[in-house]
Amino acid sequence: MTNHNTPRGRWWLVLAGLATLALAACSPNNGQNSVSPHGTNAKKIDNLILPIWGIAIVIGLIVIGGVVFVAVRYRHRPGNERPKQIRGNIPIEIAWTMVPAVILAVIAIPTVSLIFQTDATPSNPVNITVIGKQWWWQFEYPASNGQKPVQVADELHIPAGRNVDLTLKACDLSLPYGFNNGPGCNVIHSFWVPELAGKRDVVPGRDNHLTLHSDTTGTFQGQCAQYCGLSHANMRFRVIVQSPADYDAWLASQRQGPAVTLANAGDAGTLFSKTFACTNCHISENSSVSTYGPNLTHLASRSTFAGGYYALTRPQLIKWILNAPSLIPMQSKDCRKGPPGTPGATCVGMPSFTTNTPQGMPVMTEQQAGTLADYLLSLK
Amino acid sequence: MSTATETHTPVPVRTPVLLRRPKKTTGFWSWFTTVDHKKIGILYACTALIFFVVGGLEALLIRLQLAQPNGNVLTASQYNQLFTMHGTTMVFLLGMPLSVAFANYLVPLMIGARDVAFPRLNAFGYFGFVLGGMFLYSSFLLGGAPNGGWFGYTPLTSTPISLGALPGRGPDFWTIGLIIVGIASTTGAINIIVTALNMRAPGMTLMRIPVFVWMMLVTAFLTLFALPIITVALIMVFFDRNFGTAFFLPTKGGDPLLYQHLFWLFGHPEVYILILPGMGVVSEVLPVFSRKPLFGYPVVVFSGIAIGFLGWGVWAHHMFTTGLGPVAISAFSLSTMLIAIPTGVKIFNWLATVYKGAVRLTTAMYFALGFIAMFTIGGLSGVSLAIVPADTQQHDSYFVVAHFHYVLFGGLVFGLFSGFYYWYPKVFGRMLNERLGKLNFWTMLVGFNLTFFPMHLLGIYGMPRRTYRYPSGFGWDTLNMIATIGGFLIAVSVLIFIVNAIVSRRRGAIAGPDPWDGRTIEWSIPSPPPEYNFVEIPEIQARDDYWHYKYTEDDDGMLVPLPSGGADNVHNAAVTRLAAAPTHPIHMPSPSFYPLLVAVALPILGYAAVFHSKWYAFVLLPIGALTLAFGVYAWAVEPATADEETH
Repeated sequence: MTNHNTPRGRWWLVLAGLATLALAACSPNNGQNSVSPHGTNAKKIDNLILPIWGIAIVIGLIVIGGVVFVAVRYRHRPGNERPKQIRGNIPIEIAWTMVPAVILAVIAIPTVSLIFQTDATPSNPVNITVIGKQWWWQFEYPASNGQKPVQVADELHIPAGRNVDLTLKACDLSLPYGFNNGPGCNVIHSFWVPELAGKRDVVPGRDNHLTLHSDTTGTFQGQCAQYCGLSHANMRFRVIVQSPADYDAWLASQRQGPAVTLANAGDAGTLFSKTFACTNCHISENSSVSTYGPNLTHLASRSTFAGGYYALTRPQLIKWILNAPSLIPMQSKDCRKGPPGTPGATCVGMPSFTTNTPQGMPVMTEQQAGTLADYLLSLK
Repeated sequence: MSTATETHTPVPVRTPVLLRRPKKTTGFWSWFTTVDHKKIGILYACTALIFFVVGGLEALLIRLQLAQPNGNVLTASQYNQLFTMHGTTMVFLLGMPLSVAFANYLVPLMIGARDVAFPRLNAFGYFGFVLGGMFLYSSFLLGGAPNGGWFGYTPLTSTPISLGALPGRGPDFWTIGLIIVGIASTTGAINIIVTALNMRAPGMTLMRIPVFVWMMLVTAFLTLFALPIITVALIMVFFDRNFGTAFFLPTKGGDPLLYQHLFWLFGHPEVYILILPGMGVVSEVLPVFSRKPLFGYPVVVFSGIAIGFLGWGVWAHHMFTTGLGPVAISAFSLSTMLIAIPTGVKIFNWLATVYKGAVRLTTAMYFALGFIAMFTIGGLSGVSLAIVPADTQQHDSYFVVAHFHYVLFGGLVFGLFSGFYYWYPKVFGRMLNERLGKLNFWTMLVGFNLTFFPMHLLGIYGMPRRTYRYPSGFGWDTLNMIATIGGFLIAVSVLIFIVNAIVSRRRGAIAGPDPWDGRTIEWSIPSPPPEYNFVEIPEIQARDDYWHYKYTEDDDGMLVPLPSGGADNVHNAAVTRLAAAPTHPIHMPSPSFYPLLVAVALPILGYAAVFHSKWYAFVLLPIGALTLAFGVYAWAVEPATADEETH
């Protein structure tokens, strides 16, 4: 057996190596690729699993090759109608029980070791709180040195070379209705940036932790990985790893007041706070406050919006303001009755201002949407 | 009651006649009252196949939607309903009942029994399953299908509608529907356990029963113990959602992870409930078409039992990313790796069975060999998922979708298709067409791999599952398109099978009792078997008893046909089992209306529960309750065999 199979065995090894390489090398450069790791944890995972996949591919090929071999080699033909009746062979069966057991034991050691490594509390971390909402992410940079916290949506900035300790929450208790009628407190999300680290669920009622650490700067794609209702597919985000200096500058700019106050925004101010009551769910003058919808104080400093699904451009923003549910499906039928927290209103998401407009509000014109978009895009 | 002189004319025992007892055992209406395990097996199989087609059509819609980035074949809401119903259908309405179909038909035949232990309970199990399935599907017309995933994670599913959770009645239909189907499956499991343990023919010791029966016995025990757990969880979800309890609502002190523990404590044994029957089928098919006994029967049996036991200790590997802490996670990682060992042993034993055999490459054998190959891939990706750090990348990505389809489709479906080709001649007396069968196999093998292999890569490249659309530019487009093409090839393959099954029913070659030169005793009786299965209950001398009527071994262990055997009169060897007519009356259980009646009560009560806030719930509730009470009472007082009424 082994003698005439040796060349075949080498062939399989080469094939398996090539397959593993192809997996890693030919994979898309999409910023969301688990075999193109940049974060420390993602790299450790990649280093652990690639050789295991190599072994698995070899074993798989041996077994499949074995299936084909026994079927073809021993197919029924004149001369072999009377096979030997073998009912078993205890030593062989013990052997093929033990060999996989040994292989698994060898795999188990680095596995358990890495479980404890990735779960360890990081030293000297940057603390950021992540809050999963339906269907977008809010990132809260805590208050420090007498400065207020900062709330950001969709784009998480972190400094390169530092341990970042993310506290993952599904309940936003700062909202007045957050605890008893908590849209966003109803679902589990999962925070996943494949190129930086493995995922960790965001479970209502618990504070989970995840450590990010990346020495390379760049923009990495993330996405909610746990089914969280209607628009789960659209719950994307980005992690922007910056040099510490850039990161500090960015955070400082986010702590600033708005570039334009509503009082100085002219028509847009009236439309935003009165006509369409955007202020029911959003705030655009104070980056430290958590609101039902994303905090818009520095919206224009971001490159994406709407759960990170769309690029932040004027035409896209106008479409969104006019009829958000047509771009991202939301449970917004009830938003007509009033903002979240209104008794009887089970609004999840943003209403349309062109069809089924909220009670007592006019249909929004494209011009009004343009005015609002210009205002929002001025909020650097 | 009677004097000595009257013993020959017994006084009729008065039993309350509630419904005139059905007599017919043939014809259309007999299918509604039958208690014959073989007819019920056929009903199970046909119904499960209909659900297979429905679940498959749902899968095709899903694949159409995902064929291209930003697909707009379906809305998000429709997609979420379809993936929920696809999973629910394939697990509860295809996988479990199709295995039960095989068990129903074959376990009595393989152990030398005339029927299952509880024939009417058997009929009830079937009707409960089909009516539960119809109840679930009626949700499409009554306010939206379930949309919380087949796993139905809380608090998404358990949050009251008034608090803005999932819209529609979907989760209510899902919880109640699964409870109904679960009641049916539980009765089926009890029946199989009692039948396999108590109804064996003389000499059919436990270490002589065919491996398929063993695997169904383990499956039935898993079902019996696993279903109560999910039933509890489902009731808790229903109460959270409708009656203000807070088992899983964190805002009121509940714990959403409790649900995951309960669900997977059911859900992981469920995986083995689905795969063990496939392993059983393959363990029958491989020896017959290799002309060799199963290599290491005791090891294969004990591996199956070990898988059944270990299956209870791995549930949290579905929860590696929930933050259970490194100690618990390491423990479940190790237990998960452990379960790969008995599974691997089985694969090697199957290969050793074929090794140096005289392999007849029939369609049944193709599917059995395909099972080994595809299941191995699923097992290896399963080991990869047991490596927790890697799992934190692969979990809830398309890698997992690939993994469990290799296990459940490459495993269960390939295994059961092998079983179809193998036992169809026994059930219908005619052969399935082999040429169509080979076409069936190759289209399925190619279509299956085209569909699911690319999903490994999609997951590794970062595509999460349960997403109704994905943006372009992520390198996922081509792989998704390939998967969609593969999906349609699977559909073609299933169509070929259906055509084959329908056409062969009338035009297939006459099978005779033993077309495959089988080893187990179901091949010693006519095809299709008579209602009473065996004229004389056989006395079992050995494992693979029927084989010993036909063959022996020489001193070197080589196969030797018995002198009285040979191609022409092989079947004469077991002549008593094939006698044309029984020489004495054989009392078989009589048909009954009550299993159907009791089953009908369940969905009526189900609708009352789902629509409990509407006025008509108060009409449905008494109707359902009275039907149930009447059915159970009448069933209890009705004798199993009609003769007993008139004696």
